[in-house]
Amino acid sequence: MIDVKALVLTGYGLNCDYETAYALKLSGAAARRVHINALIDGTVSLKDFQIMVFGGGFSWGDDHGAGVVQAVRMKTNLGEKIMEFIDAGNLVLGICNGFQTLVNLGLLPGFDRDYTQRSVAMTFNDCGNFRDQWVTLKIASTSPCIFTAGLDTLELPVRHGEGKFYADESTIRRLIDEKQVVARYAMPDGRSADLKFPFNPNGSVYDIAGICDPSGRIFGLMPHPEAFNHPTNHPDWTRIKETLKRGGGKGEDSPTVGIRIFKNAVEYIRNK
Amino acid sequence: MPYRLEIALKPDLFDAEGHGIRQKAKNYFGIELAHVRSIQVITIDADLSAEQLKTVQTDIFTNPVTQISAYDSLQIDFDWTIWVGFRPGVRDNPGSTAVEAVEDILGIKFGPDEAIYTSKRYCLKGSGLTFEAVNMVAGELLANDIIQQWKIFPADEWDPAEGIGMIIPKVILDHTPTVTTIPVHSDATLKKVSDQRGLALNPADIPFIRSYFLSEKVQAERAAKGLSDPTDIELEYISQARSDHCNHNTFRGLFRYKDLVTGETDIVDNLFKTCIEMPTLTLKERKSWVVSVLWDNAGVGRFDDEHYYVITGETHNSPSNMEAYGGAITGIVGVYRDPLGTGLGSKLVMGGYGFCVGPRDYSGSLKPHLHPRRLLDGIIEGVRDGGNKSGIPTTFGQVLFDSGYLGKCLVFVTAVGIMPALVKGRPAEKKRTASKDLVIMCGGRVGKDGIHGVTASSETFSEHTPAGHVQIGDPYTQKKMHDFLLEARDEGLIQFITDNGGGGLSSSVGESARFSNGCEIQLEKIPLKYEGLNQWEIWVSESQERMTVAVRPEDLDRFLELSKMHAVESTVIGQYTDSGKLHVTYDGRTCAYVDMDLLTSGFPQWTFDAQWLTPERRGLFEPVLKEPDDYEILLEDLLSRPNICSKEWITRQYDHEVQGTSVIKPLVGLERDVNSDAAVIRPVLDAQKGLAFAQALLPAYSAIDAYHMTHCTVDEAVRRVVAVGADMEHIGGVDNFCWPNIQYHPQDNPDGKFKAAQLVRSCRALREICMAYEIPLLSGKDSMYVDGHLPGRYGETHKVSALETLQFSTTSVVRDITKCVTLDSKVSGDLVYILGTTRNELGGSEYYAHLGYVGLNVPKVIPDEFVVLYKALGDAIDKEIVASAHGIYRGGLGVHLAMVAMGGNLGMSVDMGRVPAEQIERNDLILFSESAGRFIVTIDPKNRAVFERTFNGLACSCIGVVTDTPEFVIQGIDNRRIMKVSVQNLKAAWKKPFGELI
Repeated sequence: MIDVKALVLTGYGLNCDYETAYALKLSGAAARRVHINALIDGTVSLKDFQIMVFGGGFSWGDDHGAGVVQAVRMKTNLGEKIMEFIDAGNLVLGICNGFQTLVNLGLLPGFDRDYTQRSVAMTFNDCGNFRDQWVTLKIASTSPCIFTAGLDTLELPVRHGEGKFYADESTIRRLIDEKQVVARYAMPDGRSADLKFPFNPNGSVYDIAGICDPSGRIFGLMPHPEAFNHPTNHPDWTRIKETLKRGGGKGEDSPTVGIRIFKNAVEYIRNK
Repeated sequence: MPYRLEIALKPDLFDAEGHGIRQKAKNYFGIELAHVRSIQVITIDADLSAEQLKTVQTDIFTNPVTQISAYDSLQIDFDWTIWVGFRPGVRDNPGSTAVEAVEDILGIKFGPDEAIYTSKRYCLKGSGLTFEAVNMVAGELLANDIIQQWKIFPADEWDPAEGIGMIIPKVILDHTPTVTTIPVHSDATLKKVSDQRGLALNPADIPFIRSYFLSEKVQAERAAKGLSDPTDIELEYISQARSDHCNHNTFRGLFRYKDLVTGETDIVDNLFKTCIEMPTLTLKERKSWVVSVLWDNAGVGRFDDEHYYVITGETHNSPSNMEAYGGAITGIVGVYRDPLGTGLGSKLVMGGYGFCVGPRDYSGSLKPHLHPRRLLDGIIEGVRDGGNKSGIPTTFGQVLFDSGYLGKCLVFVTAVGIMPALVKGRPAEKKRTASKDLVIMCGGRVGKDGIHGVTASSETFSEHTPAGHVQIGDPYTQKKMHDFLLEARDEGLIQFITDNGGGGLSSSVGESARFSNGCEIQLEKIPLKYEGLNQWEIWVSESQERMTVAVRPEDLDRFLELSKMHAVESTVIGQYTDSGKLHVTYDGRTCAYVDMDLLTSGFPQWTFDAQWLTPERRGLFEPVLKEPDDYEILLEDLLSRPNICSKEWITRQYDHEVQGTSVIKPLVGLERDVNSDAAVIRPVLDAQKGLAFAQALLPAYSAIDAYHMTHCTVDEAVRRVVAVGADMEHIGGVDNFCWPNIQYHPQDNPDGKFKAAQLVRSCRALREICMAYEIPLLSGKDSMYVDGHLPGRYGETHKVSALETLQFSTTSVVRDITKCVTLDSKVSGDLVYILGTTRNELGGSEYYAHLGYVGLNVPKVIPDEFVVLYKALGDAIDKEIVASAHGIYRGGLGVHLAMVAMGGNLGMSVDMGRVPAEQIERNDLILFSESAGRFIVTIDPKNRAVFERTFNGLACSCIGVVTDTPEFVIQGIDNRRIMKVSVQNLKAAWKKPFGELI
């Protein structure tokens, strides 16, 4: 069994690094929090890792568009190294601010394996405000995404002010056709949210919550899987527990569905 | 040459910001706007080539998918356009990040005279819009003239070539820094200088200050350093340190308390020592989990063997009252520096808030600087950005409306951190400076911002309060510093750390130098935002996001290396010494030379007369009311009251689960919309333990007696954490007093003696209840001047004083988070229990207030009766036989039974005749009494026997069942059904006032 090494970016206002590293650890990876500048100055090399996570937070305060300045800094200083990392068959995950960064870098959607074009965007929520709530996600079973293999519907929290996925019609069509739409906001029973607030919390076009590149190895999503790292993270856990005690229903899966997203990644690398 | 870039969303994209402005203009002022589009303006004051300008435009400032931009005015249709930008010297956070991004992509460095400024332009469409209406939108919605400037252009006067013009809000002081010597030959002279310079020296301190500088020994020592009379920097240093904000002169004062009814008198020497320090030190002896209290920036308690938790609470009232967003963001970001500066430094894990403002729909004739609605909007947004951008979950909060806060609002902010018990083998809660350690300033730079913030908050707000103390916190800069300092801590590089808050370097360096007993500071080394600050301004500036750190010379290189890696500015500004002197120089010349022990020696104590008159003697009485008969409407109306109703729109704006630690969220229940009793987090991710946190505010009871207000507030905060399953033996408290001015003045403060008596009674009550409940006060603060002078209809001004307010915060360890409970009813058929006795205690209640009364019978806490009950509930939760638990708070039993039902979306059928009660025989009184010490619990019927055994001999009674049909049914004491209403309707009423807000 190979030792899977995962890198979680930190610094410049990023903030979900501890729990993301914890989620990777629970999934069997050796996870390390690495400052963006440690990659740039060469203290840490991307070559030593197989999974790279652009985590949540407010890089550069989200000024000038969420993830924009981070993308500029990464592209200017690390562009080639990131391309080498991807070419080596490794995995990239962008969560929330990380997803915003990936689309600004052009790593997503990566049509025709061109990882430099900005063709989709994350913009201000239609509701006009930052919002913290749990959402139901429906996973496209046909998607090549490594991270969501075996998942169908799941609940995770969103916490963002700029999470509205936007692209022009033809781009959306192409994302659908090429099976790059991985996760869509849904009603609690799994039906399509059809833009209904708050089930689609931000007005994302086609209810898109997450997309991957054509290879399925680069994945970005707005909700936070690392924030569902323990059964007690779920908003209903006290109700679920009480129902279970009375002999009804099914308990939370162990590990949580949030952790399964990371576990899929770790197992993919291990079995590669 | 400056360049101006305008950026907007593509025309076919929804402009959420513009839409929000339209809605507010309509809802707040009745101004109909057909259309609003917003434009970001980036003004680049730097020499860039055409090619460079193109690069930054396309690669940084314009998203090709969603945005358009131009170095000219964007052609967006409008009837009126409003430009809003910062005034010079106001913190422009996006401007700073823009510089970082531009420098990065172009590989250049901006010169000292180059900068980027951000501003906004709004394009308004609407038929018949007048200048007055547009100016209203600008001045009342988009800008606050304290920090911002605006320009309005009608369409027919707009020159697209000129646009808004080129506005560069650059600070140019053009001033040579000067140290001024202040003559001290008479008290009158010094008093005059104090008034002129806004030093706010207490008149009683003036003779003492003079005698120090006039003593022969001091004069001789000073002469050797080239000094004679005190310099401005020295007097500023003394003024800051002696301000009520820093020194708590009121709490350390001497109170002559007299009960005007009994004639009993009492001299209370130092409320802090007798009522806060005494119980806390006594309890520290008894409770080994209390690690460090009463001296550091925050208190420290043990979480587990390897970790300590750290907590403190602050207020940021005066600045928020002037500029709500700036004040509130500065407040929350500021309080987060306290745990960071406690012991060797803590990681921030949780925050809380309490907002007290005037009625949101206030339409009276007084004219506060900001209307309460606007004030609240700004405060909410400030705490949102400050907390969210710091990556710290905001897990608990409360909002309270009362017209007493029209004079000055209250913004409570609370911070919780966690530290390892040991740092490189050293106890993490201890810190000290030693001679030869270097004094390092980390984080932001120093400007004129915040000068005299401390002394201003020690005064009553008036139209003349200097606006200079208003700032805008920068969570981004602070987050970088936070991450850096924790890494430096873990490498053992930090000897001492404290934050620069009130009083700036004057306070942080002055206090940290007490450990080594001296310091030498070279002021010219301190990095400035712009040139031209006087020495005293550098010394006392409250520019935010700065910490002062002591580092050993041998650790300096590594410290600076880490600092650079984290893109944080750190500068050696001097050295700690053991000379006994605070010694400050500028370019080699001494500008301050003061004995370290000056501030702790012999300043006169403040004195207050306190006169108490009982509520009866003040003319309070119980209202003469006959029982109502329409209970459905009554309950719905109570649920719609501003201080009871849902405020989900605020909670959802706050990231309450970042860090992945959330166990009990602020909103719970089937529809995740009912407020939980307390928050619980799992601050150490791989531990099974949790940390519970809650707060309480009950100022309405102060209208009767602040003594009982205090007891009830602490009791509520305790019940809140007990209800979720926290350990009763492990509760720590934080007291935040916010009081109107208590210094009697025959014209200006004629009821000062009464307010002083309320403070004495409140402090006594705090001591009693803390001893009875065994709650050490881990931390606390006071803000003593919650008064304002508001203009009225005819140009007259009115003094408006707030109710005497205490926010009490509780934390406790949860031994096993998987045993936590929430308040929502879980399963139909479950039994509903009431724990605790309901008494005729409706004085100050929400019910009485709803009917226009205050009343007399304020709720009373009976610790001997309550504590055993709370421990029994703790046992029941530990045995996992409790399905839901909820304290009965404001609004009483009726309101809180409804919360339990709304949480579960299940019905409930209960009988008032079975509620444990004493001397109370009327349905409305039972339903709406606010007696302390009570809970509602639901349990699985099969646990009935063991549950009742747990409460054997205590007030505990089954009053009904949870039902499947979502109907809320109450049977009265006469066996008559007094209420049958659908839970949906109750929830609709509860959400009605603010349900449309997002």
